[in-house]
Amino acid sequence: MLRYVAHRLAASIPVLFLVTLISFSLMQLVPGDPAILIAGLQATPAEVERIRHQLGLDQPFHVQLMSWYAHLLRGDLGSSLLLGRDVFEVLVERLPVSFSIALYALVLTVTVGLLSGIVAALRQNTLIDQLVMTVALIGVSLPNFWLALMLIVLFAVQLGWLPSGGYVDFREDLWGWFRAATLPAVSLAMLQMGLLARITRSTMLEVLRQDYIRTARAKGLPQRLVVGKHALKNVMIPVVTVLGIVLSLLLSGSVVIETIFSIPGIGSLLGSSILRRDYPVIQGGLLFVATMLLLLNLLVDLVYAWLDPRIRYGRGE
Amino acid sequence: MASEALANSLGPPALPARRRFPTLRRLLRHRMFLVGAFLFSIVLAAALFADLLIQVDPNRISIRNKFRPPGTEWIFGTDNFGRSQWSRVIKGAQLSLAIGFGVVLLNAAFGTMLGALAGYFRALDNLLMRIMDAFMAFPVILLAIGITAALGPGSINAVIALAAVYTPRTARIVRASVLVVREQAYVEAARAMGASHARILLRHVLPNCTAPLIVQLTFIFAYSVLSEAVLSFLGLGAEPPTPTWGNIIAEGRLYIREAPWITLVPGLALAMTVLGLNLLGDGLRDVLDPRLKVQQ
Repeated sequence: MLRYVAHRLAASIPVLFLVTLISFSLMQLVPGDPAILIAGLQATPAEVERIRHQLGLDQPFHVQLMSWYAHLLRGDLGSSLLLGRDVFEVLVERLPVSFSIALYALVLTVTVGLLSGIVAALRQNTLIDQLVMTVALIGVSLPNFWLALMLIVLFAVQLGWLPSGGYVDFREDLWGWFRAATLPAVSLAMLQMGLLARITRSTMLEVLRQDYIRTARAKGLPQRLVVGKHALKNVMIPVVTVLGIVLSLLLSGSVVIETIFSIPGIGSLLGSSILRRDYPVIQGGLLFVATMLLLLNLLVDLVYAWLDPRIRYGRGE
Repeated sequence: MASEALANSLGPPALPARRRFPTLRRLLRHRMFLVGAFLFSIVLAAALFADLLIQVDPNRISIRNKFRPPGTEWIFGTDNFGRSQWSRVIKGAQLSLAIGFGVVLLNAAFGTMLGALAGYFRALDNLLMRIMDAFMAFPVILLAIGITAALGPGSINAVIALAAVYTPRTARIVRASVLVVREQAYVEAARAMGASHARILLRHVLPNCTAPLIVQLTFIFAYSVLSEAVLSFLGLGAEPPTPTWGNIIAEGRLYIREAPWITLVPGLALAMTVLGLNLLGDGLRDVLDPRLKVQQ
């Protein structure tokens, strides 16, 4: 296991390096002079020059690259052009907000997705199965930002049950947080719930056909033991691998969803930075999220290897 | 020889019709595939025959007619400028499908090239795949947002961004099938006969990798239509007044209390397109690539 951990850690270092390089390159993609774009049309040449200097754009390419890495090593992502504050600081400040909602969505995804997938597999080809799978398919096809708007119309405008936006800190008012976070979490989780339900169902069906399940049935074990003990453990393995994708999707969706519900998280920060061309925030935010995701995926891989010893010893790719 | 001559004299053997096009036949028996084909053809037809279906210019402003609900006069109602939602949603379909198609084309070209190189030439594999991994470390929408934010808003830039984001995913799938196919006996035979690498790749390996690629591209089509809507919702797609489903929803969001249909209709169109493509993809996967069978 230790060897596997070391191997996976070593393999993620070049990827992390490339991720930092891609984040750096984004600024180089900007056509023309980014400083003029940022400063706007009314800016005086002196203002443009100040921004150019602040972003280091007056330096040659290799100096920009070196200083990007020199700053990164110190955990410095630069400072926001609009907020005038340290990007890393702002991101860390907003992390608990995004994280709490992503966690809520993840819990929804795993409970609803997993359970409905298992139920559908156990009742294969019945009405329940078809119903669950139809809902799951619609779930993976609905645009989440549109779903969010429809949920607001229904639950906030028409029924008035839940707030249509805003955020309450969970450390201050847990119930208020729960009310404010429910619609965003549901909108975020819908796609993943459908995805997980479909994957769980197909995996479960495959597992149920295995010899050891037949053996368990043959020796007279009750259904709940066959399913709950023998089948479920093996279903969990592919499910854990999808969690990496699920997390990525949750973080992806947060830009639009947080913007719609005016939640002060990382997603809405990125959303508002795009239109105002606050490049350091966009660069830093992308790098921050990608790094977090790399670490989470690494964790998922390790859990996967721990659950399934074949990974550790066999496929030493 | 004699029997062959006899067979020839009897004319071509009368193959029963169901033996021909077995894949197509199986697809036509796949109920969900047919539903998907139906949903997608509605959108496709709307896009192709847009000029026949649209009577009112999608950008014609008529404040007198603003916020008309859907009905006989205005099929999908009108928006805050009194523009015909019917015209705008159909124009949006045109743009959405064009962008999806553009992304799929770029994806097929670059994904196949990178995947084939990585899968076939061992020396390149590690380097190429680590680069793909790095691109895939970013959440899809976030990277697409980053790229379009840098390049500037617009449909072409959206296509470039989405192609860049999805290509590593396609390359990975092509690579996986190339890795399997390159070990087959017929590839070895071709190599033994002195075929060049290019010939082996193009004639023997790639044609046998098309099934998973087609399935993948169908899903990529669905994702790109969805992601383009997100980008234009955020103001990074085609710029108004050009109607896209995403920017119509973004504008309609401001009037969601008094005129919910502005948001409702393009969203339904978007959901229908994506659902149709997902069903087509599921059907193609079941039929073309039974190993990956998810349903039944």
